[in-house]
Amino acid sequence: MVLPGGFRLDAALRLPLDQAPVTVLFGPSGAGKTTLLRLLAGLERPDDGKVVFGDQTWCDTARGVWFEPQQRRAGMVFQHYALFPHLTVERNVAFASKGQAAARMMERFALTALAGRLPRAISGGEQQRVALARALAAEPDLLLLDEPLSSLDAAARIRTRRELRGLLAGAGVPSIVVTHDRTEAIALADWMAVMVEGRILQTGSVREVFARPASAQVAEAVGVENILPAEIASRTAGLLHLRVGSAALECLDGGESGPVLASIHAEDVALTRDPAGSSTQRNRLTGVVRAISIEGALARVEMDCGFPLVALVTAQSAADLNLLPGESLAAIVKTTSVHLIAAA
Amino acid sequence: MDWQAIGLSLRLALATTLVLQVVGMPLAWWVAFSRRRWKFLVEAVVALPLVLPPTVLGFYVLIAIGPRSPVGALYARLTGGLLPFSFGGLLVASVLYSMPFTVQPMAAAFGSVDRKLLEASWCLGVSRAGTFRRVVMPLARPGIATAAILSFAHTVGEFGVVLMVGGNIAGVTRTVSISIYDQAQSLDYTGAWHTSLLLVGFSFVVLALTYSWQRRAWMLWQPH
Repeated sequence: MVLPGGFRLDAALRLPLDQAPVTVLFGPSGAGKTTLLRLLAGLERPDDGKVVFGDQTWCDTARGVWFEPQQRRAGMVFQHYALFPHLTVERNVAFASKGQAAARMMERFALTALAGRLPRAISGGEQQRVALARALAAEPDLLLLDEPLSSLDAAARIRTRRELRGLLAGAGVPSIVVTHDRTEAIALADWMAVMVEGRILQTGSVREVFARPASAQVAEAVGVENILPAEIASRTAGLLHLRVGSAALECLDGGESGPVLASIHAEDVALTRDPAGSSTQRNRLTGVVRAISIEGALARVEMDCGFPLVALVTAQSAADLNLLPGESLAAIVKTTSVHLIAAA
Repeated sequence: MDWQAIGLSLRLALATTLVLQVVGMPLAWWVAFSRRRWKFLVEAVVALPLVLPPTVLGFYVLIAIGPRSPVGALYARLTGGLLPFSFGGLLVASVLYSMPFTVQPMAAAFGSVDRKLLEASWCLGVSRAGTFRRVVMPLARPGIATAAILSFAHTVGEFGVVLMVGGNIAGVTRTVSISIYDQAQSLDYTGAWHTSLLLVGFSFVVLALTYSWQRRAWMLWQPH
């Protein structure tokens, strides 16, 4: 799709609608996620492009088809909720609703006690429930949420995250949630699309996209800490032997060849002082601790094992190991935790 | 005191305000939301009465509505009367003269309504007209009220335009400010004093009310 101003969105995105799943549109800020959402809602009009929902064409510039937002039945939950400030909670929810839908939503979202309040007099989490109830009361066929948790404070975000997953799953319509937060993506999504610089790079189940990013760009976007240039040295009995820097790694043979990138999540790297490993540990690397930083309950340990390797362990175990920069240590990576990406 | 002139001024101000609410609202909407490149030209034309000498504006209006102009000729054919030196002529001139006092506060009020609220309403299936009535109007109400009050007060106080277009016909075009001018010219200083004081008092009360109400309105809808 090409937008006025020349911004190009290469979003050949196909989503399953049948089981009403939650799809997360994931990517860094500025990737075009919100723009894509606004294109679906009809709030942005492309100079060139096509939007099809089920058997309805909402926009096709080639044939001059254009549906206004009012014709699309796409419910939108805006980043800051966009509640009507002059209307009470109840009248916000009933804004578009015909008949009983508003009353049902008030009940389902536990808003009855807040019915007479104005939006500015309720908390951020409550505002979010009002925004969702308002969108669903209009009985949409598709629900779009733009960074629904970003305007909440940290404590409310964690509480609301879990709640939101339940509400979306129970909504009975497919929803697309835009986020740049990986915890949020994991907590909310069934299905996931990764977007970088205006392009959808990979779609799939959340587990699959995080464990098996299809390209270095996706690996980077989903926050894989270790993306290591590697060479395939040899293959034996379903295993690949890789040369990474001055060290060696093993992983499962998926039929790759040529130059590759080994992607390893930092949380899949274990650290030990035990010099002699047990025999099931194929990837046992000796290295030197370069730096340690504590991030909440976790400690990020940067190692040099002949190549730079980042490990994420609990702050508690980092303290138990009494880690200090300059020390020698063994890093263990399970064979199945090394995922290969074809180098571009 | 010249009650006839005061009554006429109030009638003229009321009529002007009503016409401007109807004509000015779509214009203000366009000014607030249009993305046309030549929008600034329209804004400049609307604001022209703020800086133009009232006599200049009055002169052009007089010419434009005179019997030899197309507008004046059409009016004469339809009504059999002439616009200059009539209440109708005064009304046309006043509407033009007070236009910026309606359009600017309204445009500012429309422009300050968060665009996301309009989009939210559209996504809920509510038409553009419905959105204007149910979202924009209530949120812009202080601006709309300010527009009405300022236009009313400004029309009550106008002099040069009225003199050029309406002349000085008792009961038809002699408004309160022309009455004061007459009183001063005929050395009736007591009369001029009283009428002037009345105008000062009226204007002050109107502005004081506007400002106090405006502030309260702001507190009600302050974005958080």
